[in-house]
Parts: sequence; structure tokens; C-alpha cells
Amino acid sequence: MDYFLDEEQQMIVDLAQQIAVEKILPVRAELDEKEEFPTEVIKAMAQADMFGLFVPEEYGGLGKGSFELCLAIEELSKKCLGISTSYAANALGTFPILLFGTKEQKETYLPDIAAGKRLVAFGLTEANAGSDAAGVQTTAVKDGDGYILNGTKQWITNGGEAEIYTIIAMTDRSRGPRGASAFIVEKGADGFTFGKKEKKMGIRASTTCELVFNDCRVTKESLISKEGMGFIVAMKTLDQARVGVGAQGVGVAQGAFEEALEFSRNRVQFGKSIINFQAIQHMLSDMAIQIEAARSLVYSVARFVDSGAKDITRPSAIAKTFATDIGMKVTTDAVQIMGGSGYMREYPVEKMMRDAKILQIYEGTNQIQRNVIGQSLIRPSVKGK
Amino acid sequence: MNITVCIKQVPDTSEVRINPETNTLIRDGVPSIINPYDLHALEAALSIKDATGANVSVLTMGPPQADSALKEAVAMGADDAYLLTDRAFAGSDTWATANTLATAIRKIGFDLILCGKQAIDGDTAQVGPGIAEFLSIPHIAYVSKIDTITEECVRVHRLMDDGYDVVESSTPLLMTIVKELNSPRLPSLKGKIRAKKAEIKKISNSDIEIKENDTGLPGSPTQVKNIFAPESKKDRKTIEGPPPDQVSQLVDILRSLKCI
Amino acid sequence: MNIRVDKDVCTGCETCVTSCPYDSIIMEDGFAFINEYCQLCRACLSICPEGAIKEEGSGAGTSSESVDLDRYRGVLIFAEQRKGTLSHVSMELLGAGRRLANKLNTTLHAALLGADNNEAEELVRWGADKVFLCNDSLVRDFNDEPYTDLLSRIIDSNKPEIVLAGATAIGRSFLPRVAVRLRAGLTADCTSLEIEEGTRNLMQVRPAFGGNIMATIVCPDRRPQMATVRPRVMKKGEYDKNRKGEIVDIPLQAKTFKTSVIENIGDVSECGPGLQEAEIIVAGGRGMGGPKGYAMLKELSEAINGTVGASRAAVDEGWIPYSQQVGQTGKTVCPKIYIACGISGAVQHLVGMQSSDMIIAINKNPDAPIFNISNYGIVGDIHEIVPLLIRRIEEERSRK
Repeated sequence: MDYFLDEEQQMIVDLAQQIAVEKILPVRAELDEKEEFPTEVIKAMAQADMFGLFVPEEYGGLGKGSFELCLAIEELSKKCLGISTSYAANALGTFPILLFGTKEQKETYLPDIAAGKRLVAFGLTEANAGSDAAGVQTTAVKDGDGYILNGTKQWITNGGEAEIYTIIAMTDRSRGPRGASAFIVEKGADGFTFGKKEKKMGIRASTTCELVFNDCRVTKESLISKEGMGFIVAMKTLDQARVGVGAQGVGVAQGAFEEALEFSRNRVQFGKSIINFQAIQHMLSDMAIQIEAARSLVYSVARFVDSGAKDITRPSAIAKTFATDIGMKVTTDAVQIMGGSGYMREYPVEKMMRDAKILQIYEGTNQIQRNVIGQSLIRPSVKGK
Repeated sequence: MNITVCIKQVPDTSEVRINPETNTLIRDGVPSIINPYDLHALEAALSIKDATGANVSVLTMGPPQADSALKEAVAMGADDAYLLTDRAFAGSDTWATANTLATAIRKIGFDLILCGKQAIDGDTAQVGPGIAEFLSIPHIAYVSKIDTITEECVRVHRLMDDGYDVVESSTPLLMTIVKELNSPRLPSLKGKIRAKKAEIKKISNSDIEIKENDTGLPGSPTQVKNIFAPESKKDRKTIEGPPPDQVSQLVDILRSLKCI
Repeated sequence: MNIRVDKDVCTGCETCVTSCPYDSIIMEDGFAFINEYCQLCRACLSICPEGAIKEEGSGAGTSSESVDLDRYRGVLIFAEQRKGTLSHVSMELLGAGRRLANKLNTTLHAALLGADNNEAEELVRWGADKVFLCNDSLVRDFNDEPYTDLLSRIIDSNKPEIVLAGATAIGRSFLPRVAVRLRAGLTADCTSLEIEEGTRNLMQVRPAFGGNIMATIVCPDRRPQMATVRPRVMKKGEYDKNRKGEIVDIPLQAKTFKTSVIENIGDVSECGPGLQEAEIIVAGGRGMGGPKGYAMLKELSEAINGTVGASRAAVDEGWIPYSQQVGQTGKTVCPKIYIACGISGAVQHLVGMQSSDMIIAINKNPDAPIFNISNYGIVGDIHEIVPLLIRRIEEERSRK
């Protein structure tokens, strides 16, 4: 279907596709097998200006929006969700600076981020604070001219590989969520180390690890926005990024669908290609319907985000939930269509299915998304639109 | 430093097929690409530019639609693009092509000229060294590694059939590049946007004034007399039967060839 | 010259449209029309079933300074040496050169640079009537500049009608310079050379478009007719240890060059005997299925004293190192026996191995193109055939 992309948007799609096919496809199985970070692919993406996509032009980026970011993420996700996760998590980590950073912070960090010289990670989750962001236990205590951070962040995508970390820590625990603040911490800071690297079911080309703060001192210039704004920074960041997770769902579904389609055209049973069986045709048709619906939704919401709309929480939750549920369903069905072959590592769909599962979990589980949507429906002023 | 990279737009021969009935080339939907070896030459130029700030020009000789290859080179980071196009150049063999390119390069100016080791459609590998001879400068063919490169001299590895030679040369110089040298970069988004607006400078024969008999078909010593499909093996035999029988026959063949 | 469609003959069948490598043939009012993109490559000429595509006007040879072809007689080959030892291709060139010289009823000469008298005499025994020898140690290492000077001078003073060199790294590097300097036609990488009846013209056959088509190239109006010849395609000359010939010393004139060779470093590929020297190659493609397939091929190649080769697909998958890649972007090989296992036979692969003496292909797909160039074809699963074959060869061994 034609989504009426303009010339530059089409260039982004073409280039992301070229990266996916030439740089990602040949290495994805090996990266998955070895649980290895895609350093070379990240370099190639940096050289291609992919990291500057959503950074304003004044800071060396291309000044594009959420929609263009979704286009790129979708293309990368068709070939490897692990790599697209590293890419999307970089954007996630950058949003606090982009949305709330001072001019100085932007001048310090954004040019390097846009050039892909320094990778970014976002640190919110902890052992006792996942969906319940208010449970953050990492503290930042004011000390003279700066802050002292203590605590441990868990399951941080790009942890260890990133150079720049945006961290949510409590500056005043007594105030609950209103006592959280956001900080920029650079790799190599005293008292900042990395804990264990997680072994995961999927997206194994991305790294996920603990961030350990042990009397880690940061300057007051590291504070993003004001003290007490941490929770708002985190929520706005997640609102901004969520539709990108939806784009991942669309991408991985499309990738699995193409594999299943190709397979069912070639696989012969009972004397004909299995695509000629109606049972298979109906499964493929359902996949096609679901993917197109998810894509249309994701694109609409991304454009809505780019319109500068104030409250994007509900639409982005809707897009994330629908598109990632579709990602899981379509990848599962692709394995089913390909049968024994689909289950084997020789074919890529089992990886896609393992990878897709995370989409329903990270950046707010789909249950939490439904809570968010549900909450927004309770108030009588909301008309359900 | 001024680096000129010669590129050629070629059909992607990996997708060219032959029609077994008519013995003709099927080029339906076969995309035109930058000759893959030329991308390595361009990458080499761009790496030098990254390191020392050289100016990289790309030059191609071909029909007007070859400007898309030049735009791709600009998207990868080339600074200037020249399209050498004129009916007078049509039908050039390697002698006439080298002469035409050399004449244009002399006009553009150069310190270093880089070419891919050969083009995948013709596979002659003759144009690069030919240009060097026309310009009376040295060349090094099949460069697989660049040790050092300065304004005055280069030291490189040249691939030979039995290993490689370490070679030094003064500049100006022409080098032909093999794929072992590097891995070509992708175009960048900014480059693509720039390429869209980039001016492709057209050079026709009125700009370089090559004599009629020194370019194009009249300037070409060699001519294509005819083309034909490669022969298939006439004595082809198929070994039939269940696998153990097939293997038995195969063992007999290998024995008769004295390799068992 | 021009290539034009004769509208009176054209039936509008569009056969020619897709034959043009430059997309210059379009349909106009139901007739084919050749627009200004035409590069005069002549690919379309033989394609029209009606013969409606025609060449007009004269081709080459309108050159003002036309050459007196009859002043050129004889065949000269460039004999290549590395580290003082004659390369294989030198003897093959003598074989091909002798055949052409006999047809033309003329002499066969050789040029040898950077070797000594012993090697020159060896060339005589392999069939050269006369050898031009420059034994200066400065040209022992290959260097384009003096090589171009010396060969150009030898050609200029002796005026051979044909000059052949190997299509090797050396030949393909400096012959183009010689051809430019002498304004001679040069055809690269020839696989067959014949003399045209009645004209003394050399008909040079070479692959183009990645081996998809073969082209016959001629150089009717200029001399010498120069060609580089693909190694291991021509038969060696006949060796006669009593043959006598003349050796002419050629001095090196300039002694300083802009380029210099610092050192030679031998092949350091990890897989032992070079692929190009191997007499038996067992090659694997995508059909191998994985690194285990490689182990299996290695076992087979060891059983028959071969070397393992690979298609690009297998190399791209990382199953086999790049040094073993055969084909357009890898090495060209010409072993006595080439066993292709699970290789479908993309043209890029075929061009690198199709001149092997004996090709045996094993592939699941009966329509795989590899079978078109094979002497023996086995339709079957390599994972079934190869282990069985290894077992049978071992049994055969132990019986002895």
C-alpha cells in the first residue's frame, strides 16, 4: 500500500533497507547465536546518518520526526529486532535531553549522538521498579555543587555499550514520584560500573545489563530539567518512544510474513505448493490484514505525535499494544506455516518469534498499556475517541 | 590532494541471464549498478579524504542515464561529479575509452587517480593502466593495501598471482583497486539529500576536443565481430539410479581418472 | 557508423528491446527505434529474427594514418617469469603462438625480461625461434615502467603481427600501457585464438558480461594484434631438448623508475596448496547447509588429494574462507577434476571454473545450471552422496 511518503522519507526507507539487507542480514544469525553486540552494524548506521534522523539540524541531525524514525525502525526490524532494539533504545535514551535538556546539554551531547559517535541508554527500570516507576530506589543526594548517585538499574538496553546514560533517581524519596529527577551520566564516571549482562530469550544482538552506582558523583549540570521532574521526564520520554516499539512490531511481522510467503510458494506437499491450500492462504491473508492494519495505525499515530499534539499517551499506547500483539501473532503463525522448518534455526522465523515476545513486555507491558488506555476512558469528559 | 575516481555504470551481471531458446541476453529488469570494484576505489578515495581532507571527483563516461551512478557516488561522499557523454565517444574500445577519459582527467586536474581493478561487464582491466600511459604517469594495478600515502609518494601492497608485492611510487599516480582493500561505505542520508541537488557536470567532446579518429568507434583498434552463447559441455552424462548405484558409478569414474 | 532499424523489415516483435545493455531500443509507432543512448556495442545486431537491425556507415579503419599491415610479420609472446623461473603460462603461450605461427607460415619469437640465458634457452626448447632477453637484475621484479619500455621497443623494432601475453597480474597490468603506446588493439583474457581465413586477422574469443556471452574480437586495421590469454586454457608447446634458436640481448636503457618493488611476499592463505595449482578441487555451495558440510567436503578432498573450493554463497555464509572462493569475485581455476557439491551454478561461479578438464556436479535440483557445463551430473542430496562416496573410497583404499 502507498503511504504517500515524500522524497526524503522514501530515501530513509531505501537506506534503512539497504543497511538491513547488506549489513544486518549476513550477520544476524551469528549475532543471535553468540549474543554479540552489533558494533560493525552500528558503525555503518552511524556513517549513514541514521542516528541523526530525529536530532534537530542545528545539532548536526536531519531534524526529522517520529514518523521518519518509525520508518527506519520498521525497516531494520524486518531483518533483526535485536539490532533495531539497540537503535530504538538509543533514541529512547536521547529523548530526555531532546525534550527537556538545556541548550548547553544539547550542545554537549546531541552532535555526538547525531553522528553516532556516542550511543545512549535510558535507565529507569530497577529490581523493584518496572511498570511501577514510582518504586525507584536509586538515590541522588545533593552534595555541594553536585549529586551523589547510589543504586542499581536493571535490564538496561545498550548498558555497557552506551557512552551516555539518562538516569532516573530519587532526589527526595518522601515526595514519591514527585521526588524523582533525571540525570545525564557518562560512561567512565567514578563510581559507575556495569553489573551482569543478561542472557535473554530473544533480541540477543542487543545488550541488556545492570548499571551500578556506588557513590557516583555528577555535577549539577547533569541534572535534566529541574529536581522533581524525573517522573515527568520519564513518562514523556516513554510516550514519545512508544510508537517506535509499535513500528518494531510491524517490521518483525512483515519480515516473518515475507519468509512464510516465500516458503509456502516453494514448499511442495501432495504435489503442489502449500500456498495453494486454503488453510495456508487464510493464515497468510490474516497476516497481511493484521500487518497492514498495524502499519496504518502506527503511521497515523506517529504523524499525530509529529503534529505537536499535547496528549499522546493514549494513542501511543494503542499503537504500541496493537502492533506488538500483531508482531507476536504473525511471527508465531509464520513458524506454524513453515512447520518443522520454521522451528529450526536454519530458518530465521524462530528467531523472529523469540524476538517478538519482548515487544509485548518492554517499555510498558501491553497489560500496563491497557491500564493506561483504560484509565483514560474512566473520566466522563473523555468521549472514547 | 585532488583524487579522481573513474567509475562505470554496468548491468548487474549476477542478474543477467541467457534465453536458452534465442541465445540472447535477457536484461529485463536487470538493474544498473556502479561497477562493484569501482566502489572499492571510491571508498579508498573517501578514506583518504576522511584522513587528510582531499577533494574527491568522480568521473564516468557513458550514456546520459549514467548520471544516476554519479549521484550515488555523491551520496557516498564524493565532492564533484563529471559525466563524459557524447555520441562521438560511442563504440569506444579500451584504447579509445582510456584516451577519452585521460583527456578529460587532464582537464579536471589530478594528483591521484583511482579505478576499480576491472568492470564486471567487460572484465578487461585495461582502461586504468591505459589512462596512466596516456597521462605519462606511473600506475600500480591490483592494490590490496595502502601502507602510507602522502602528497609525494605512496607505499602499497599489490596483489600478484603468487602473493603480493610491496611497491612504492611517486605521485601523480594511478592505482587500480581490488576488493580486499576495504569495504565500501553505504551512502548517508545527508549525502543522498545532497546528491539530489548536486550538479553533475557534463563534458562533451566540444569541451575536450578529441580528434574524431582518436575516440569512439573510429578511434578503436578492436571491434566486436560477433557474440554468441558459451558452449555447454556436449558430452554431458547424467548418473542415474539410487544413491548407492550413483556412488558406485562415480567411484568408477574417479578410478578411471586415477584419483583413487 | 550508426546502428539503425529498417522500418520496412521490422515487425514490431520487440525481441531486440531487451537485448540492449543500455536500454537504448524503444518502441515507437509499433517499430523498434534506437535512440541516442546507443553505445554501438552491436549486441542487438544478431538478435532480430527479421534481420531488420543494420549497421550503417563505416566502422573503424577510417583512421587517417592507416597502417601498412604487410610490414608486420611474426608472432611474439611475452614470457613471464617470477623470481627467475618461467611461469606456466609462458609455455602455454609458446604452444598457442606456435600454432598461430604455423598457420601464418611465420616465425615465433619470445620476449623475456629479468631472467638469464638458461631460461631463454628453455623457451627455445619449448618452441621459440628467437628470444629477446633483458637479463638486467633491475627488471627481475615486475615493474610496469621498464617492462612497458622494453616490450614496446622490442615490438617496435621487430614489428610482429601478433603479440600474446598471459592474462596474469603482470600481463594485465602492463600490456595495456604497451598497447596505448603503440596504438595497438589489445583484447583481454582470451580463451581461444584463431586466424581468419584469407585476412591474417586474429580472431580473439573472450567472455564478457561475466561469462554470460562470448565475444569474438578482431583488430583489422592496426598492428600488432595484441591479446592477453587466460592461463591454463591453451596447451603447452612441444618440448624438444635439442631445439636451437637465437638469443638476442636487449639492454635496459633508463635505470631509474618512478615505482619500485620493495619486497615480494608469498601467498599466505591458510588452506595450504593454492587453489589455482590444485589438480583436483572439491567445491561446496549453499547446498552444503553449514560448516558441517565444509568438514565433509574437506574429508572428501583429503581422500582424493584435492583442495576445497567454494562458491560465493558458501563464503558469504562464512562456512568456507574467502581464499577458497572460485568465480568472478574469487579465483579462476582450471583443475583436472572439479567436483561441485551443492553448487547451483550462478554464472559468476561458472566463469571461474568452466575450463576445468572434467566437471562432476552433485545437486538436488535437476534444473541447476551447473549441470549444463558438467561432464557428469548426479541429481541427489550431497549429504547422502558424499558420505557414501567417502566410505567407498576408503574401502577401496583399504583393499589395496
